[in-house]
Amino acid sequence: MANESAGVLEERESAVETERESEAGLPQSAPPERLPESPVVVNDARDSLVPLSLKELVAHRELLYFLTWRDIKVKYKQTAMGAAWAIIQPLFMMLVFSVFFGIFMGVSTEGMSYFLFFYSGLLPWTFFSTAIMLGSVSLVNNANLITKVYFPRIIIPASVVGAGLVDLLIASVIFAGLAVYHDVSLSPKLLMLPALFLLTTLLSLGFGTWLAALTVKYRDVRHALPFVTQVWFFVTPIIYPLSVVDEKWRWMMYANPLTGIVEGIRASLVADKAFNWTGIYVSTALTVVILVGSVYAFRRIEKSFADLI
Amino acid sequence: MKPIIRVENLSKRYSIGGLDAGYATFREMFAGVMAAPFRRLRKSYKPTTEVIWALKDINFEVQPGEVVGLIGHNGAGKSTLLKILSRITIPTTGRSEVYGRIGSLLEVGTGFHPDLTGRENIFLNGTILGIRRSEIARRFDEIVAFSEIEKFIDTPVKWYSSGMYLRLAFSVAVHLDTEVLIMDEVLAVGDMSFQQKCLDKMSEIRKQGHTILFVSHNMAAVTRLCERVLLIDKGHIVRDGEAHVIVNEYMGASLKVTSEKEWVEGERAPGNHVVRLRKVRARDEEGRTAESVDIRKRVGVEMTYDVLEAGHMLTPKILLSNEEGANLFSSHDVGPEWRSRPREKGTYVSTLWIPGNFLSEGNVLIHAAIESHLPSTATHVYERDVATFQIVDKQHGDSARGDYIGPIPGLLRPLLDWTTDFQIAGAPDASPLEVTLHD
Repeated sequence: MANESAGVLEERESAVETERESEAGLPQSAPPERLPESPVVVNDARDSLVPLSLKELVAHRELLYFLTWRDIKVKYKQTAMGAAWAIIQPLFMMLVFSVFFGIFMGVSTEGMSYFLFFYSGLLPWTFFSTAIMLGSVSLVNNANLITKVYFPRIIIPASVVGAGLVDLLIASVIFAGLAVYHDVSLSPKLLMLPALFLLTTLLSLGFGTWLAALTVKYRDVRHALPFVTQVWFFVTPIIYPLSVVDEKWRWMMYANPLTGIVEGIRASLVADKAFNWTGIYVSTALTVVILVGSVYAFRRIEKSFADLI
Repeated sequence: MKPIIRVENLSKRYSIGGLDAGYATFREMFAGVMAAPFRRLRKSYKPTTEVIWALKDINFEVQPGEVVGLIGHNGAGKSTLLKILSRITIPTTGRSEVYGRIGSLLEVGTGFHPDLTGRENIFLNGTILGIRRSEIARRFDEIVAFSEIEKFIDTPVKWYSSGMYLRLAFSVAVHLDTEVLIMDEVLAVGDMSFQQKCLDKMSEIRKQGHTILFVSHNMAAVTRLCERVLLIDKGHIVRDGEAHVIVNEYMGASLKVTSEKEWVEGERAPGNHVVRLRKVRARDEEGRTAESVDIRKRVGVEMTYDVLEAGHMLTPKILLSNEEGANLFSSHDVGPEWRSRPREKGTYVSTLWIPGNFLSEGNVLIHAAIESHLPSTATHVYERDVATFQIVDKQHGDSARGDYIGPIPGLLRPLLDWTTDFQIAGAPDASPLEVTLHD
């Protein structure tokens, strides 16, 4: 009887043990008495493409967390205003645009208030442009990590997007405030907002990883990106509504995945403005293509980063 | 037994001469930039003028629990090998397999950020090295205590002294708890007492049965910590074997001397018409030529010479120096047997006996001379760097090292007597009790 209960206890203990290990992914135990059947770490010249191992990414999730945390922490260290900068930047631009493009030039806002109109464009744009600018140099700036430690490299550009998301969240407080102030009606359309911001995040991740990998090999990106983003700003309907573009050129505007997103965000705020589903579908399709293509390209040259950087 | 590390036909090629060079036109550059990530990288390589094989056809296996040293000149390929094992870079051919998790310390303080505090950097650096957050939190106090910077743990590390910075960085690193540990010259940091702590920690790691791969230029540390050494030269493993044997060979090869030197052609041998040197070697008590000698054992420095002209009073002389070029001592044969005694023609073998527990560990260079002091001083033979041998101080416990495993300064390492006077606390009038050690 006593023996039996001891056996049960032992069994339970070992069950707990396995559970803890499998949950952790990376057991921190002392060296095993018997070696695993298959190698844990393999580096083979014939592996032309490192598979995007989700298991590996999950095992390194804490690194993603800490690198994101570091990016945020470092960004606002030794600043008097701290994280308030995440608000000040789009807020200030909103005021400037409202004065110049709104009051002086009388840009059509399709019935929205200037503040809400510009802010709804600036919010995703600031997030996206910051993510691709910082993302493009992220690998090069972390060369010391890449040449000294192994981890899935995609974590680096992903952490930049992660840090951008935190800024976006902070800046969204103003967005919510403006929406309340301007009596945006609580309609089911608002449910599209998280989806549209998710789309922006995936798009930023796609471009960020691609540009990061490209910059490792071609530092030209660093010189080209500032004016490319400037042009991009103007071809995205941020300071004007899409409706000012002639009907026959509008399809060209949709080739820019941000167009559908910005228009979608505005449509979700205005009760009598319908969603342009075509635009949203095109944006979604483009985002998926860009993200998949970028991750594929990234994985392809990832293994030679340490030699190129 | 099944190896924990297996390396097969591993080669690594580097092309030098710039990959980015050679865009003739802007259009070409633009096309290249846009297409680059979508093309196979290998095909986009432009033929470059020079190709370097950092590693070529490397094959070896490491058993669980082995501590293996990698030695070789700068640029021999040691670091490249470590980088491939830890998957930082991919091999050009071949494959490496590790049957366990790897912790690699190719640098101390990887990912340390100057603006973050010591506390924050411990978590960041630990995570980068692959330690789980919960594990770091659990061992946080231990890590901080090891680094000895408790007071400054919440200060940004940019205000640390370089010593504090390194101590903190190393403290995180030594708490890595993977089955295989890969280290590149990381012991070369900190002051003596901290280095000592690190070595203690390493032997603790070793005792737990972890496998360690260790690159170092510190030959004393290599012989002390490793049982096995791989000597890498120009991308090849040229020697693989017992640590002190390989280290001695390597040291000898870089000094261009061996443990025995013999002059076969009489005329080329150092000397003059009076006496010529034939052979110099280091030997053990059994008469074998000794490449390396246990620090506790006697070692003989033997010189063989032919006296070609009778009637001279000769004094053989040996000077020993260490690998840094510092002279250890010089010794003349002043024994009564041959002192002031004219020699007959013939072959003589003189041996200088150095007691055990006298020389310090490391490589010793032998310089040989034969002089006459009477009636006037004359130098017949004076030959520098003729041969070398190595003193090995393993942790047996009965050398002057005792139980200490760190580096010991000093040109000599004699085992000396100590006395300790002892007085029981709070009894000032009690008569002192004398304790003598090594009686």
